[in-house]
Amino acid sequence: MEYVIEMLNIRKEFPGIIANDNVTLQVKKGEIHALLGENGAGKSTLMNVLFGLYQPEQGEIRVNGEPVKITSPNIANDLGIGMVHQHFMLVDPFTVTENIILGKEPSKAGKIDLKEASEEVRKLSEQYQLRVDPYAKIADISIGMQQRVEILKTLYRGAEILIFDEPTAVLTPQEIKELIFIMKALIKEGKSIILITHKLKEIMEVCDRVTVIRKGQGIGTVNVSETNPNELASLMVGREVLFKTEKTAAAPSDVVLEVRELEVKDPRGVSAVRNLDLTVRAGEIVGIAGVDGNGQSELIEALAGLRKTTAGSIKLNGKEISNLKPRKITEAGVGHIPEDRHKHGLVLDYSIGENIVLQTYYQQPFSKAGILNSKKIFEKARSLIKSYDVRTPSEYTPARALSGGNQQKAIIGREVDRNPDLLIAAQPTRGLDVGAIEFIHKRLIEQRDAGKAVLLISFELEEIMNVSDKIAVIYEGEIVAIVDPKETTEQELGLLMAGSKRTEAGGKQHV
Amino acid sequence: MSKYLSKLTSPLIAVILGLVVGAIIMLVSGYDPVAGYGSMVNGIIGDSYYVGESVRTIIPYILAGLAVAFAFRTGLFNIGVEGQLIVGWLAAVWVGIAFELPRIIHLPLAILAGAAAGALWAFIPGYLKAKFRVHEVIVSIMLNYTALYVTNYLIRNVMTDKLDKTERIADTASLRSPFFESITDFSRMHWGIVVAIICVIIMWFILERTKTGFELKAVGFNQHASEYAGMSVNKNIILSMVISGAFAGLAGAMEGLGTFGYAAVKGGFTGMGFDGIAVALLGANTAIGVVLAALLFGGLKAGALNMPLETGIPSEIVDIVIALIIFFVASSYFIRWIAARFKKGVK
Repeated sequence: MEYVIEMLNIRKEFPGIIANDNVTLQVKKGEIHALLGENGAGKSTLMNVLFGLYQPEQGEIRVNGEPVKITSPNIANDLGIGMVHQHFMLVDPFTVTENIILGKEPSKAGKIDLKEASEEVRKLSEQYQLRVDPYAKIADISIGMQQRVEILKTLYRGAEILIFDEPTAVLTPQEIKELIFIMKALIKEGKSIILITHKLKEIMEVCDRVTVIRKGQGIGTVNVSETNPNELASLMVGREVLFKTEKTAAAPSDVVLEVRELEVKDPRGVSAVRNLDLTVRAGEIVGIAGVDGNGQSELIEALAGLRKTTAGSIKLNGKEISNLKPRKITEAGVGHIPEDRHKHGLVLDYSIGENIVLQTYYQQPFSKAGILNSKKIFEKARSLIKSYDVRTPSEYTPARALSGGNQQKAIIGREVDRNPDLLIAAQPTRGLDVGAIEFIHKRLIEQRDAGKAVLLISFELEEIMNVSDKIAVIYEGEIVAIVDPKETTEQELGLLMAGSKRTEAGGKQHV
Repeated sequence: MSKYLSKLTSPLIAVILGLVVGAIIMLVSGYDPVAGYGSMVNGIIGDSYYVGESVRTIIPYILAGLAVAFAFRTGLFNIGVEGQLIVGWLAAVWVGIAFELPRIIHLPLAILAGAAAGALWAFIPGYLKAKFRVHEVIVSIMLNYTALYVTNYLIRNVMTDKLDKTERIADTASLRSPFFESITDFSRMHWGIVVAIICVIIMWFILERTKTGFELKAVGFNQHASEYAGMSVNKNIILSMVISGAFAGLAGAMEGLGTFGYAAVKGGFTGMGFDGIAVALLGANTAIGVVLAALLFGGLKAGALNMPLETGIPSEIVDIVIALIIFFVASSYFIRWIAARFKKGVK
C-alpha cells in the first residue's frame, strides 16, 4: 500500500501537557483523509508537526516512504505539503496574484513579471475549477473566494498534499458545497488532502478515511464507508452523544423582549437593520436564521447597547432599553453570549477567574468600597468552573490558554449565572465540537425551562432547527418570516434566508 | 516563585550582556574595563556619600518609570512624561516659593501641586484620545516642547525678572533632610525616596487590588470586551493618563523640592522622562520591576560620574552601556531564544 504521508507514533509535549501521544496518521495518495477530534484534542498540534512548526519528541514522519525531518514550513513546502489555514494569511490591499506570489515572486532582472504570474494563476485556477479572478483585490472578494486564494497559494508552490484546517468554519452553506466540489476536483488531479474537522456530516460526505484523536491519543483510523456519524462521535468524545437535543414543548408566557420597527445603521451609515419586529417570551427560545451579513450582528449589538439605534424601540419587560449604556442593559436583566468570544467575550490576558466577574466585579461581594476581594472572586470562579465543566488547570490560568470550547463554557457560565431574564446567544457553538455543543444546547434549554427568554442567533440551520421553539428568518435586516421548526424544512428555511418570501397561506406572521 | 524568576531572567541577561559589550568597548578604546567598572561600583556604593547620591538619583527614575509603566499597563504609551515632569517641577517650586505656611501643610501642598500639574498636562492627551481618537503619542510629544518653553517663559518673565532661575523655595516646603545628609556625609539625599516608595505601593495597589485597576487593565487589554462588560472606555483612558501624569509630576516635584530647591530655565529636556520609558521597559511594567530597574539606572548614572574622576574613562561609556542594556531588553525575543538554546544544550 502506498502512503504519501506517514506520521508514525508521534509524541509532542508542551510544558505540563502531552499534546500528542502515540498518534499515527497514514494518508494514501489521492484520498481525502479526515483528522477528527474535539477542540483541544491535538489536531492542530499534529498538523503543526507535519508542517514543520513543531518538532516531535518521538516518532517518525515519512513522505512517499522516505523518512524526513521537517524542521521548518519551508521544508514542508519543498516536500509538497501545503496548508490552507483557518485564519487566512492574506494581504488585503493586494490583488489575488500578488498574494499568491508573495514570498516566491517570479522576477526578471529584479522586476516582478505580474502579467506572467497572473496568467499562471489563471491557468491553475482553471485547472482546478476555482474561478478566481487573478486581478481582484482581496478586500473586494468574499470569504469563500479568499479561501480559494489560499488553496491556489499552496498549489502555486507545488503542493501535492493539502492540509485544510477547519475550512468550513467560516463558510456559508452554499460556499461549503462549492468547497466540497473543489476538494473533489483536487483529488481528481492526483492531490491528497488532509481535512481537519469536527463536523461529522462533512466527513461522511467527502472523506475516504478518518483518523480520530482524543485527548492527544491516537484512537485509530476507520474507513468512512464502514462507519456512521454516531460511531465517529463516540470515538471522538469517548461516550455516546445525543444529536437530537432533547426538550419538552415550550411553555411561553409573558413577553420579555419586544422590538418594534427597529432601525440600526452599520459603520458606513447604511441601514443594516430596518423595520425589524421581534418578540421573545419567557419560556421560549427564538432562533434567528439568516445568511451572515443580513443584520444579525447589528441587531445583537443594538440589543446589548454596543451600537446606537436610529429608530424604533427595544423593550425589556416593558421598559425601554434602546441606547442605554451596556452596563444599564446588563443590570436590567440581559445576558449576552457574544458572537466573537475573543473580541467581546473575554479579556484574553485576564485569568479565567477575572473573566468570570467581568460584569460583576464592581458589585458586592466581589468588591467593596472600590477594593477587589480576590478571595470571593476566585471562589466564584471555582464554583462556576466546576458547574460548567470548564477544563482549565486552575482559575488563575489566563483565558488565552484555554481551548475555544472551554472559553465558551466559561462565558456561558458567567452569563447564565447572573440569571438574566433575556439571554442572547450569538453563535454560541461556533467552532466547537459535538460534546461542547451538546452541553451548550442543554444549558440554553435549561434557561428556557427556568422561565427565561432566550434569543439564539446562528448560521447553522441544524442548530436553529434543533434548539429553537420558534424561528424568525432575517433577510436584509428585516424579519421576513416566523416559522415553527417542527413544520418547516431546511429547504424552506434556505429559500426564506435567500429572500424568497413564503407564498403559501400564513405568509408573514406578526408575533 | 519560579514565575517571578522567569520574568527576571531576560532583563538580567540583558544587563549582563550590556555590561559585557560595554567592557569590550572599553577595551577597544584602550581603557581597563575592570578598573572602569570598579570605579563605577565605587561611585555607586563606595562610601556613604556615594550611596546617598545614588539614592537621590534613583528617586525621579522610580517615579518617571512608574508613570510610563502605569500607562503601558493600561494600553497607553505616555511619551509625555518628560513634559509632565517639567510642569510638575515648576508647580511644586512655585507653591514652595509663593506661600508661607507651616511645614505640615506647605510640604504636602507643594508635592500635591506637582502631581496635579503633571496630571493636568497628561489629561490633555488623554482627553483628546478619548474624545477624538487622536493618538496620545503625538499629542504628548508636542506637549513636551510646550511644557519646556512655557515653563522657561514663566521662570524668566513671571516668577523672576529676566533671571535664569527662581529663588529658593521656603524651608517649610523643602524635602531636604538633615538626617539623611548627616548619615550620608552631606550628600543631597532627601525625603523624596519615601514619596517614591509610597508611590510604588500606590501603583501596585491601584492595579492589583482595586476595582479601578481592574477596569484600567481590562481597557488596556481589550477595549471591545471592556465596553461589552459595561466599562467606560473613554473614562478609563483619561483616568489612566491622569494617574500616569501625576506620577510624572511628582518626579519633577522631587527634583524641585528635594535635589535643587529651585526651578531653572532649561536649554533642553532633562531626559529623565525618556529614561522612564527604559526603566518601565526593563522593569516589565510592574511596580517592583520599576524599582529594580530604577536602582540599576540611577546607580549607573550616579556611578558614571565617578568613572572619569578615578580612571579617566569618559562617562559617555556608561551612556553606551545603558543604551546597550536597553537594546538587549528590547531584543528580549532574541535573548529568550538564546536562553532556550542554552537550556536545550544543558539537557
